[in-house]
This record gives sequence, C-alpha cells and structure tokens, in this order.
Amino acid sequence: MNDEAITLTPQQLIRKRAAGEPVEPGAPPQAQQHIINVLLENSMGALIRVVNMFSARGFNIDSVTVGVTDDPTVSRMCIVTRGNDRVISQIIRQLNRLVDTIEVDDVTGTDFVERELCMIKVRCTGDKRSEVLQINEIFRGRVVDVTRDILALEIVGPTRKVDAFVNLMRMHGIEEVARSGRVAMQRAPQPTRGEI
Amino acid sequence: MSSTSTAAAVAETPQRLRGRDAVQQHIGKKMSGAEIFLHALEAEDARVVFGHPGGAVIHVYDEMARVKPNFQHVLVRHEQGGTHAAEGYAKATGQVGTVLVTSGPGATNTVTGIADAFMDSVPIVVFTGQVPMPLIGNDAFQETDTLGVTRSITKHNYLVRAPDEIPRIVHEAYHLARTGRPGPVVVDLPKDVLMAEGVFQFDEEIRMRGYSVPDECDEIRLRRAVRMLEKSQRPLLYVGGGTINSNAAEVLTEFARHLNIPVTTSLHGLGAFPEDDPLSLGMLGMHGMWWANQAVQHADLIIAVGARFDDRVTGMVDRWAPHAAVIHIEIDKSCISKNIYADLAFNADVKSVLERLRPLVNPKKVKRWLNKIQDWRDECPLTYADDGELRPQYVLERLRAKSGGDAVVCTDVGQNQMWAAQYLKFTQPRSHITSGGLGTMGFSLPAALGAGFGMRAYGIDKTVISINGDGGFMMNAQELAVASAHGIPLKVVIMNNNFLGMVRQWQELFHENRFSHTDLTDTNPDFVQLARASRCVALRANRPDQVEDVIEKAWEINDRPVVMEFRVVKEEMVFPMVPAGKSSDEMITSRHAPETFV
Repeated sequence: MNDEAITLTPQQLIRKRAAGEPVEPGAPPQAQQHIINVLLENSMGALIRVVNMFSARGFNIDSVTVGVTDDPTVSRMCIVTRGNDRVISQIIRQLNRLVDTIEVDDVTGTDFVERELCMIKVRCTGDKRSEVLQINEIFRGRVVDVTRDILALEIVGPTRKVDAFVNLMRMHGIEEVARSGRVAMQRAPQPTRGEI
Repeated sequence: MSSTSTAAAVAETPQRLRGRDAVQQHIGKKMSGAEIFLHALEAEDARVVFGHPGGAVIHVYDEMARVKPNFQHVLVRHEQGGTHAAEGYAKATGQVGTVLVTSGPGATNTVTGIADAFMDSVPIVVFTGQVPMPLIGNDAFQETDTLGVTRSITKHNYLVRAPDEIPRIVHEAYHLARTGRPGPVVVDLPKDVLMAEGVFQFDEEIRMRGYSVPDECDEIRLRRAVRMLEKSQRPLLYVGGGTINSNAAEVLTEFARHLNIPVTTSLHGLGAFPEDDPLSLGMLGMHGMWWANQAVQHADLIIAVGARFDDRVTGMVDRWAPHAAVIHIEIDKSCISKNIYADLAFNADVKSVLERLRPLVNPKKVKRWLNKIQDWRDECPLTYADDGELRPQYVLERLRAKSGGDAVVCTDVGQNQMWAAQYLKFTQPRSHITSGGLGTMGFSLPAALGAGFGMRAYGIDKTVISINGDGGFMMNAQELAVASAHGIPLKVVIMNNNFLGMVRQWQELFHENRFSHTDLTDTNPDFVQLARASRCVALRANRPDQVEDVIEKAWEINDRPVVMEFRVVKEEMVFPMVPAGKSSDEMITSRHAPETFV
C-alpha cells in the first residue's frame, strides 16, 4: 500500500468524505464524541441488548445512563460514544435494528442541554475545609454530608464543569467519587417572531 | 426514527387462514402450557417441526402424543442438524422453519444453526426448553442462559413467563422471523410454564411499537435513480439473497431485461436471475467469474439489490468498484453504507422498489459496455483440465445436465460450494441453498433433509441434491439415517478428495505447501459402507467414465436417499480467486500463474 502512490478516483473521494475518513494521506482519524438518546421498552433484557450490541460490534461506550420515563413501560438511555461519521451512523442503525428500541436520537449538533451529577468525598479539616467550601460555593455545589474530617459534596452541571470541579478537589485529597454519567435533552424549539 | 405504528395486521395468506382455522376450536379453553404451545404452532401453520426431546420439553412431547397436532414432527439426531434442516426448509419453501429442543445442551447445540440463519437472513424460530423458573440462575441440571448465549445471533429472543403469554409470543416470533430482513428468533420455554394451566387465546394483531418494516421509496429517490441510470454508460446490477427473500426474482429478471443491464449475483443471489441469460455474468467476488469482477471494477453505476457487500464480494473495500456510483436497495438499514457508501439508498422491500422503478426507466443502449464484458469473458473463461482424471467440475457439469437446473441444490462449505456456484448455472430462485455468511461445514446434508420435507409439505415436485466435501459431510452425517427413515429421496454427492480441500488450497498457495492437519486419508470412513449402514443406496465413481452411470442409477431411485461418492483428484483448486484482503482486480487465474495478477 505505502510503496505506491494511490490517486483516488472521484467516487472514492466521495466515499471517504461520506464516511468522515481523512482524505489527505497521514491525516489523523476524525473521531467525534456523540450523545445518543434511546427510548426503549422497559422490559427484561432490553438494556442488556443495547449494551451487548455495542460490545458485539466493537463500538465504544464512554458513558451510559438509564432510567424510566413518565411512561412506566418506556426507559430512556443516554449513551455517550465516539467514532467517525460512518461509525456513528452504523451505531444509530444498529440501535434502530433492535426490536426493543422505540426511538433513537443523536442530539449532537442540535441545541441541547446536558447534565451530570457527581458526588464527591473530600478529606479536609481546618483552613482546608473553608477553601473546599469556597470552591464548592463557586461551583454551586451542595454539602450533602459532613464528618470531623470528611466533606461530601454534590455538584450538578455539564460534564466539563464536573471535570473541572473534580480536578480542583484532587489537590485536597479525594476519598471517593461517584458520577452519574451524562443525560441530555434537546431544547424545545424557540417560537419564531411570527408566532409571538 | 422508527415508525410509531403500534399494530400490524398480518397478511391473510392461505397459510395464515389455514393456521387460524385449525385453532378456532381451542380458543378460550383451559389447557396446559404445553398444549397451548402446540396449538400456537398450528396457528402459524408450522407444517414441519424439527426437534429432539429432553427433560425440559418432555411435557410438550407428551402432549404431542396425546393431542396429535396437525404438523409433522421430525426427530433429528443432533440439534444442529435440526436448525440446518429448518433453514433448508425455510429457504426452499419461503416459509418459516421451526425447531424444538430441550434446555442446556439441546439449546447450545442449536447455536451454530442460529448463527448461520442470522448471517444468511433465514427465517427460523427455535423453541428451547428451560429449567423451571424458580431454578433459573441456580446452575440447575441442563441449565444454560439461552437468552444470553443467543442474544447477539438472533433477530430477537424471548423468555416465556406464563402459559397465557405463549400464543402472543409465538405469533410475534414468527412475524419477526418472516418480515423485514428475515432472521432467527429464539423462544425459551421454562418447564413449569409448560406444565402450568392457562387459557388458549389467539389475537391476529401484532403490537410491537419498536418494530416496523421500512418503506423509504419516495418520488425524489425514484427520480434520482432514473437520472443516475440515464447518465450511466456502464451500469451493473449486483443482486443478493435479499432479492430471493423478497420473492422478487421474476420482477428483477424482467427489470434487467427491460433495461438491458448486465447482472452479477452474490453467492446467495444465485438463482435470482437465470444464468443462461446472455445478460448474466454469474457470481462475483472471491471465487466469482473474472469477467464479473472486471465489470465491477469498470462500472460507473452499480445497483445493489438485496445485497450487503460482504467482504467475500468486495475484497479490499477501498479499491472496490472505484468508478461506480452506488444505488442500494436494501430492507435492513444497517447494511446501507456499512461497507460501501450508497450514493442513493432505498431502505425498503426489494420487490416493491423494483416494481415502482420499472415503469419510470427506459432501455439502456450499452452495446459497447456489453461487448467489453464479452471480451473479458473470452479472455479468461472458466476451465478445468480434461486429462482423464476425475475432476469435481466434470461431475457438477454432468449433474447439471441430468437435473436440467430443475432441482434444489444444497451445498456445503469450501471447494465443493464454490465449484457448485461456478458450474451449476442456476436459473430459478430457491434452487440454491448454502451457508454463505457463517460458512458452516456440515450444513448441506441437514439443509437438504429440511428442503426435502419442505418439498413434501408444500407439494413441490423437485429433486433435492446435497453437495458435500468429505470433510463437511462427516460433520452432520448422522442425519442421513433420518432421511432414509422418512424415505426422503435425497441425491447426496460426496466429492471425496481425502482432504480439507479449501484449506489445502490456501496452504498450497499461501503457506508453502505445509499441509497442516488437512489430510483426511487416514480418518475418513468408507463412505459407501457408512451410507449403507444408514439404509441408503450407495454408489461410487473413481473415473470420469463411471460418472454418467452413477448419476443415471441414482436418479432411478425415488424412495430413499442415494449417496454418490466421487473420488476426485486431491490437487484440484478453485479458480479464479481473489486472495483474502486483496482487491477485486488482483485475481489469481490458475495454479501456474499466481504471479500474473491481472
């Protein structure tokens, strides 16, 4: 492959671009993170079928959350995954192919809000404690538990905010971290001027 | 987004009506889960059930003896044989195949057949017994997590939790297996559910909000397809097994002839377009026709019809059909743009798309393109040595002459399969049955058994031929006795070269003649004796001049299976060949010219 310079035909270029593969030789692969919401039957085995599909077909999962919706027969999953355009479209199609999935929605690239919940235990006493509480204040976190030398904090926000908070807490000595994984929801469309 | 249609009425075919009428008398009656299950099968018009009893399903077998349901149960001698038989039945008749086995080893033995049906889109429903519900998870005797084991090789699977659920789940299972892209469905039946009492109810309507059959075929797509066809100067139809599953062979044939476009088929597409038509290029891919692959590499438009661009078709994906725009007609959306990007896709039933496209397109004037393909045909024809040795290609040509193409041929996996695909010149849909995707050795004989029962159940008068190598034949040879017990007149061919021939071929071509564990001379049985022990007629040919006689004798026997052993030369290889991972324009055309890649 490498010893011969291959010039691509126009059709081959179309295919590469459609797959989201780099066209220039040596360019890095373009894997993007995507957030995919899945509505599925709230039945035994539905969740495992989704997760199993990811492992059976070699797709990545960065995080996954699941919970019941307002309809008790329907669960909602939020899957964070990564890949180029071809991989992401395969993931969506393979998800749709499962009999238990009712709706699959890639919210990436749309206008959406995302949140993650994080609970964190930090070891701190004396001056350190007030410093931790100050940072907590800045991040609009809440204290959920306190003992002589441990503070348990709760923070909610987009994943980047949670990352930043966990990083700041690192220097104070983290005892334990529990993160929920991301959930995302598309914003309702804004009414246009005419409608107002 | 998936459609939100919540209920689908099942089409009122004669089979459905027959099934529904059969169970009217039982509706609303109290009975055991096992009996409910039998009537649920009757409601689906399952005419033949391939099964093997055991502890977890003993109550089903007990009720079978008492109730005498209106289907035939065939006792296979290995559960794997049962699943392949159901596949053969399904592929030969177009109906859903049914398997019934016990828990644990009964269930795990079906796994190969289920995986095979999943890869090749074969509609089968496999019912597995399960330990009683309270024992599930307890490592009970003959317990296996059947749902877990089969999850990634089924279209869907179910655990039945109450006898009243049985008819609905069975109905959904057959609906799922049959519709959309067909595939296997597993239903796990715990023993206590089969023993418990319930009420038989039957509801025709299917309520599955997550499942619908797509139909993306709008005006815009159709108009784009017409424009792409009009623009094209070197168009090619690439036809796969989905065309046959969609019962679209006739429509496709008329479509191709009307447009005057050449047709190449995948292994599973064989029979969708008559190979004796001048527009037929035969099979493409790894062991496809050289001219068919040349046509692919030079085409400017490929219309893929019910095909999935398998790696045995494309070779190196990046270099496949480098000049061709692709129109893909395919019922399974996950196959679209998976391996080859589709410039235009119809995610819909093949037959319905072709029927809507046909009135919009005009015949193509592509004489130069067809002439070019003819030149390629002349340049590198399909040949084998005519030197007095017994060669498998000759046997196949004689078989083709005898059957006249009016037979159902089940092939195994390996050289025998590729030679059959090259030399048998299929002209009818459902006349070629093979294990393509999974490549399961031992497939042919049980599949032929199932096809034979299918012929009988639907009153189709066709000879069923099973083509085997000596290696694959041994993997399910136990089913021979089942065929003779029921007087199924299979014509079983064993191409005996005392070698695992396809592996041997790779060892010679790519592994410097190290024939590691492929020589079967010392471990093969005497096939004639083996066949006779299974109460079959057995014939053998050692030389080309004996072939005709063996075939003539075999065709005279109509009350039991005939096994024909042809002792063919060891060294014969399948050509042409695209080495694995190479591009379609790098075909080896003969043993003596591996360096002359074309």
